[in-house]
Amino acid sequence: MLEIKNLTCGYDEKIVLQGIDLKANAGEFIGVIGPNGSGKTTLIRAISRLVRPRAGSIFLAGKNIWQMSFNELAKTIAVVSQSLETGSLSVEELVILGRLPYFRRFQFLETRQDVEAAERCMALTGIIRLKDKPIYTISFGERQLAFISRALAQEPKLLLLDEPTSHLDIAHQVQVLDLLSKLNKELSLTIIMVLHDLNLAAEYCRRLVLIHEGRIHKTGTPSEVLTYQTIEDVYKTVVLVEKNPVSSKPCVLLVSEEERNRKRR
Amino acid sequence: MITKKYIHWGICLLLLFFSLAAAIIFALCHGPVKFSPAQISGVIFGGAGGIARDVILNVRLPRIILALAVGGALSLTGVILQGLFRNPLVEPYTLGISGAAALGAGLSIILGLAKTAALILPLFSFLGAAAAFAILYFLNSRRGILKMEELLLTGVMMSFISASLIMLIMSVCRREDLRSIIFWTMGSLSETNWVLIKTALCTAVAGLAIAYLFALDLNAFTLGEEEARHLGVDVDRVKRTLFILASLLTGVSVSAGGIIGFVGLAVPHFVRIFFGNDYRVLLAGSFLAGAAFLIFCDTLARTIVLPMELPAGVITGIIGGSFFIYALTRRKVALGEK
Repeated sequence: MLEIKNLTCGYDEKIVLQGIDLKANAGEFIGVIGPNGSGKTTLIRAISRLVRPRAGSIFLAGKNIWQMSFNELAKTIAVVSQSLETGSLSVEELVILGRLPYFRRFQFLETRQDVEAAERCMALTGIIRLKDKPIYTISFGERQLAFISRALAQEPKLLLLDEPTSHLDIAHQVQVLDLLSKLNKELSLTIIMVLHDLNLAAEYCRRLVLIHEGRIHKTGTPSEVLTYQTIEDVYKTVVLVEKNPVSSKPCVLLVSEEERNRKRR
Repeated sequence: MITKKYIHWGICLLLLFFSLAAAIIFALCHGPVKFSPAQISGVIFGGAGGIARDVILNVRLPRIILALAVGGALSLTGVILQGLFRNPLVEPYTLGISGAAALGAGLSIILGLAKTAALILPLFSFLGAAAAFAILYFLNSRRGILKMEELLLTGVMMSFISASLIMLIMSVCRREDLRSIIFWTMGSLSETNWVLIKTALCTAVAGLAIAYLFALDLNAFTLGEEEARHLGVDVDRVKRTLFILASLLTGVSVSAGGIIGFVGLAVPHFVRIFFGNDYRVLLAGSFLAGAAFLIFCDTLARTIVLPMELPAGVITGIIGGSFFIYALTRRKVALGEK
C-alpha cells in the first residue's frame, strides 16, 4: 500500500526527518507516537505531499507520489489535519468539498451521486442531523467528525490523521477512535494516525511507530513498543507500564514528582 | 435540498440582474437633462432622433458601459482576492494594487508613451498592478501566510508609496499632462475613448469567465491552502493564474476609470450575506452587484451637485470607507472566527 524508503525531509535549513523506512500494508491501523517536535506531523505532511523529500521516496501502490496528479493523490489519500479552519461553510458544504477530486473538468455542480456519497459519509459518522449548521456553531467533537466525513467523501484508500483527539473530551475521544476502528475493519481502510496519548494509541492501533529526533526509534505491536525502558529513553520521564485489565493492552501511568520522592524515601 | 440551493441561487442572480437593469435605466434617465423611460425606449427601440439620441447613445451609454465593466471587474477582483487570502477585508484598493496600477498609468503618460497607442496605458497599469502583486506574493510565500493586519498594512503602505510617486510625477510633468494624471488619482468614469471602453468590457467579461474555471478551487481555499492541496487542488497554479487575472482586471479598470476604491470590498460583503460563501454563485453575483453599484454611484456623482460633476471615486470612497470601518469592528463575525 504505502512504502517509504529512506526518507529525509525538512523545512528550509532544518532537517526534521532522517532515513525513515516504513511500510504499511492495506488494512493496517498504525499509530505514530513520539515526543513534541520529533517529526510526527512532518511525516504525515510528507506522505500527503506537502513537504518535498530531500532524499528517498514515497510510493503509494507502487507509484511515486510526486509523479501522481493532484487529483489522483486526493482520490487515494485523505488527510484530517490539525487545522480546523472552516470559514463559514455548512457541514454539508464541507463534506461535499471532499468530492472535489471526482469533479470532471468544467463541471461546476455536484451530481446526485456526490450528494448521496456525502450523505452516506455523514450518516456513517453520525452527524447527518447537523448537515445544515455552519461549522463554527458546532462543538469541537462534531467538527472533528465533520472533517472525517469530508475525508471519507474522498473515498480514499489511505486515511491520515494528525492528532484527531486533541481538544476533545474523553467521550468524544472514544467516539472518534471507535469510529476509526470501525472504518478500518468494515471498509478495510488503511489508517495512519498521529497520537499524543500513548494509552489511546495502545488501545486502538495494531502497530505503533515511535519517532524520536527524526528517526524511527522502534516499531511493533503496542506491547513491544510501549515498555517502560523505551518510554523513559525517549520521553525522559519516569512511567509505569501496566496492563489494561479489560483489553490487556499496555497502559502507561504517570507519577508526580512528589510521589516519586515519597516512594524513594 | 441541493435543488433548493440552486433555486435560491437562481432567484438571487435574477434579482441582481433586475437591479442592474434598473440601475442602467436610472442612469440613462438622469443627468443635466432628464429623460423619461418612454423617451429612452423610443431612442433605443424606435430610432427616435435629435438631441436625445445623441445624449443617450453617445454620452450616457458609453459611460454606463464603462461603469458596468469597471464596477464588475473591481468587485470580481475583490471577491477573488478575498478567496485567495481568506480575508474579507482585502480588495484591489486596500491592498495597494489600484494605487500601483495608477502609478503605472502615470508613468506611461510622463514618458509620452500613452499617446502612441490606445492600449499602452492599460498595459502599463497592468504592469503596475502585477508588480504590486508580485511584492505581496513574495511576502506571502516567503513568510507563510501573512497575518491579516500585516497584509492590510503592507497594502496601505504600498498605496502611500504609489501616491507619493504619483505626486512626484505630477510635480515634474508637463502642464498638459497634469489634468490627465489627476484623473487617475481621483477615479472618474468620464473616459470617452471607445477602444478603452470596449477593452474594459471585454476584459471584465472574459475575467468573469476565467474566474469561473477556478470557482471550485476557491471553495476549497476556504479551508486553507494545505487543505485545498489535500483535496487535489494545484494550489500554486491556481494562485499564480488568479493573481495574474486580478492584476489584469485591476490594471484595465484603473486605466479606464482611475482609482475607484472599496467597490471590491463593500459589494462582495453584501453579496455574501444573501448568497452564502459558495464561489460558484459569488463570482457572478459580485460582478452583477458591483456593476449595478458603480453605475448607481456614478449617476449620483454626476447629478448630485449639478452642473458640477464629482468623480465617482468620491462617492464609492465615502460609502465604502465607512463600510470598511464597520466591517473591521465586526470582523470576527465576518471571518467566522467566533
